Amino acid sequence: MATVSMTVNGQAVSGEVEGRTLLVQFLRENLDLTGTHVGCDTSQCGACVVHVNGDSMKSCTMLALEAEGASVTTIEGLANGGEWHPMQQAFQDNHGLQCGFCTPGMVMSAIDLVNKNPNPDEATIREQLEGNICRCTGYHNIVKAVQQAAKTMGG
Amino acid sequence: MVENGIGASLARKEDVRFLTGKGNYTDDINRPGQTYAYLVRSPHAHATINSVDIAAAKTAPGVVGVFVGQDLLDDAVGGLICGASVTGKGGEVNKVPPRNVLTMDKARFVGDPIVVVIAETLAQAKDGAEMVAIDYTELPSTVSTSGADADGAPLLHEECPNNVALDWELGDKAAVDAAFASAAKTAEVELVNNRMVTNAMEPRAAVGEYNSGTDETTLYLTSQNPHVHRLVMSAFMNIAPEHKFRVVAPDVGGGFGSKIFTYNEEAICAWAAKKINRPVKWTSDRSEGFLSDAHGRDHVTKAEMAMDADGKFIGMRVTSQANMGAYLQVFSISIPTLFHGFLLAGQYTTPAIYLEMRCVMTNTAPVDAARGAGRPEATYLLERLVDVAAGVMGLDPAEIRRRNFIKADQMPYQTPVVQCYDSGDYDASLDKALANADYDGFSARQAEAKGRGKLRGIGLSSYIEACGVAPSAAVGSLGVGVGLWESAQVRFNPTGNVTVFTGTHSHGQGHETAFAQLVTERLGVPVENIDVVHGDTAKGQFGMGTYGSRSLAVGGIAIANACDKIVAKGKKIAAHTLEAAEDDIEFAEGSFTVAGTDKTMSIGEVAFTAYVPHNYPEGVEPGLDEIAFFDPLNFSFPAGAHVCEVEIDPDTGTLEIVKYTAVDDFGTLINPMIVEGQVHGGLAHGIGQALLEGCVYDDDSGQLVSGSFMDYCMPRADNLPSFDVDYAPTVPAHNSLGVKGCGEAGAIAAPPAVINAIVNALGIKHLDMPATPEVVWRAAQAAS
Repeated sequence: MATVSMTVNGQAVSGEVEGRTLLVQFLRENLDLTGTHVGCDTSQCGACVVHVNGDSMKSCTMLALEAEGASVTTIEGLANGGEWHPMQQAFQDNHGLQCGFCTPGMVMSAIDLVNKNPNPDEATIREQLEGNICRCTGYHNIVKAVQQAAKTMGG
Repeated sequence: MVENGIGASLARKEDVRFLTGKGNYTDDINRPGQTYAYLVRSPHAHATINSVDIAAAKTAPGVVGVFVGQDLLDDAVGGLICGASVTGKGGEVNKVPPRNVLTMDKARFVGDPIVVVIAETLAQAKDGAEMVAIDYTELPSTVSTSGADADGAPLLHEECPNNVALDWELGDKAAVDAAFASAAKTAEVELVNNRMVTNAMEPRAAVGEYNSGTDETTLYLTSQNPHVHRLVMSAFMNIAPEHKFRVVAPDVGGGFGSKIFTYNEEAICAWAAKKINRPVKWTSDRSEGFLSDAHGRDHVTKAEMAMDADGKFIGMRVTSQANMGAYLQVFSISIPTLFHGFLLAGQYTTPAIYLEMRCVMTNTAPVDAARGAGRPEATYLLERLVDVAAGVMGLDPAEIRRRNFIKADQMPYQTPVVQCYDSGDYDASLDKALANADYDGFSARQAEAKGRGKLRGIGLSSYIEACGVAPSAAVGSLGVGVGLWESAQVRFNPTGNVTVFTGTHSHGQGHETAFAQLVTERLGVPVENIDVVHGDTAKGQFGMGTYGSRSLAVGGIAIANACDKIVAKGKKIAAHTLEAAEDDIEFAEGSFTVAGTDKTMSIGEVAFTAYVPHNYPEGVEPGLDEIAFFDPLNFSFPAGAHVCEVEIDPDTGTLEIVKYTAVDDFGTLINPMIVEGQVHGGLAHGIGQALLEGCVYDDDSGQLVSGSFMDYCMPRADNLPSFDVDYAPTVPAHNSLGVKGCGEAGAIAAPPAVINAIVNALGIKHLDMPATPEVVWRAAQAAS
């Protein structure tokens, strides 16, 4: 076991982990931040996407120890007090979620997408969300949500 | 006009927790003292189990229990059940091969569970599982849908000679033979309905817990029907009696059929929690899900149509074989038979239909209901056959459909395959779909594409489905082991807000919002003061759960009926308080009023009076809390017309859906935003089947080749277009809410629309799904 320390959603945290402990396991099991989900075991589905130092990251592809000293944001840390992030609001406004399981990773990926490309067209959105699988929505309303959020995020 | 009632695209209540990480899925649940279960599964498709040595695993670090099938039998735990008995040819009911929770004699598919290891941590359980030694004798296997019944094929179960579980037939063979004998023209097509892995994004999971103080077992699990899970595990598996067994399906991350059934791992968690007197958790990883979740579809079919000289369908013959996998699951045997055969008339007046369906066992994961369940298979073969028939007749695909449609004024319409449709206007939906898709402009677009070296095609699909499952007497007479009614409880709290218990289960469909809108419409209580509760056997009355697009069509009526009971009782209370005759009390938009006066009382005041009955009508019970059970008189029959337009690059086989147009008849829409989302998701499922998804087992080894998201192609955002969704509603005769069900339509309609478009583009008769770039490229090369 080793000690790992990082900042998660603005709070300094540390915990004891095995070398094989994944970042997603550390978030879910050590910190009880169960908003980040595990939908596969091959780093394909994207349900576990969080932000690590501002970049979207599949937290199943990263060991907890690799996040030593990093700043991590999860779905639980997106809202500013009671005020939702524009992407959260856009997903609700556009019915961009159904069962909610892929949603946290989808929202985190979408925010990074818009941060890096403030005016994405539909093709760009679809291409850049290729790493996040949703079985419920057919993506139609997710695309609409990202387009709305891109506007409200100031693109 | 009630605010946020029926017809409002109200934002969903459940989104708040899902968008802030506050959802509560089964794997998010951790109980004090919890242990972790890991299954040792067969690596072989078919093998005799000579010995199982668990001694070393028992002493592995952290391991608290290692169990085999005999341990469950010793505790009188029953096996997994098949919930339907379908009567086939010669009056013979389907065979039901037995299935132990942990297999003991043989492994019959890759992933068949044999041993469970329970440890302090998941890693320790996995490490312990590595120390289990199983001696196998490998046996030849068969995974072939069409070949499992061949002479000399490896036999899975003694109970199923030639691996045949059921030989079933439907319809009038003599009449169909006569139709073919007199036909002016005939059309035929042979096709494969590809096996799919359902792949809800949340993997299956279960957490079992036992309280020795109360002798109560609690099981949290990923279920579409927690009461049915409890019933099966109590009545047939002897896990715990119903009154001492709480089953909770909390937030569930998609179901699509695969979470209807009782699975081995769920029974193990519930049983083992008592056995070791500690909570036991099991969470499937995706690879386990590919191996062990119930799969869907998997038919091999020949379909033939007999026509008169005008292209009128006079007879249809279908010969098909369905792969049931290694064991029969809860619904499995009813899917290729009842849910498939009864839809073969489609939207057409074909007077004589005959289906022969053989259900075979193979060394693959069990196959059961998956989004659409039998109806996609029926629609696919029929709508492909209709296009082939159009080619034979030299008719436009739209024209041959119109010539054969059941007309709106023919409703109700008794088909030759059991179902009696209660409503529908198929011409109207087709006309609207063709207009929305600019069907008339297609040839110009095709010519323009040709100039760029691309092949354009357009395809139609006129589908019908039977939803709102189902009238209990009807399904009971056919061999389904349960009644398919639904229940609801509408409970006013003394302060006037409302808790609604429904026996259905929401795993993405937005019931907490749509059902609250229904109650708002009926009772006038603001939607924010209504809470819809589901998924916990300790909270609500028995219910049958969610599948077959039944939740609103059946469960919604139960809610509406419970609301009617509330109003009826409320009138007695209001009459007493307002000193009027009960017959003079009118109820509208949340207020009881003495007709023709301004004397009025809100429903909240009535509720308070019911709970504080100081001045109260004689003979009326206190409280305002009503239960309704509703058993439908008929299925509901959503239908519609979809148009798919594709553009193919013949040099690479790559394909783009340039436009997808859906026009559906779902009757009344409670929340149009949610309905449209259901259509989108169904379309993605259907397009996935048509273009991308194919579950592949290796013929020789029986190994699952497509066992992960690396190998099995799920639809992703860049595989799909945006969709053009519209409606052409008609009023159902048998549904007092006027609703029909919308969750499966896209998955049913899309596969033939897509394949018909590809076939049209390439100028060929047929190609099988999934139409991957390689498949399309080969077909394009062969056609050119």
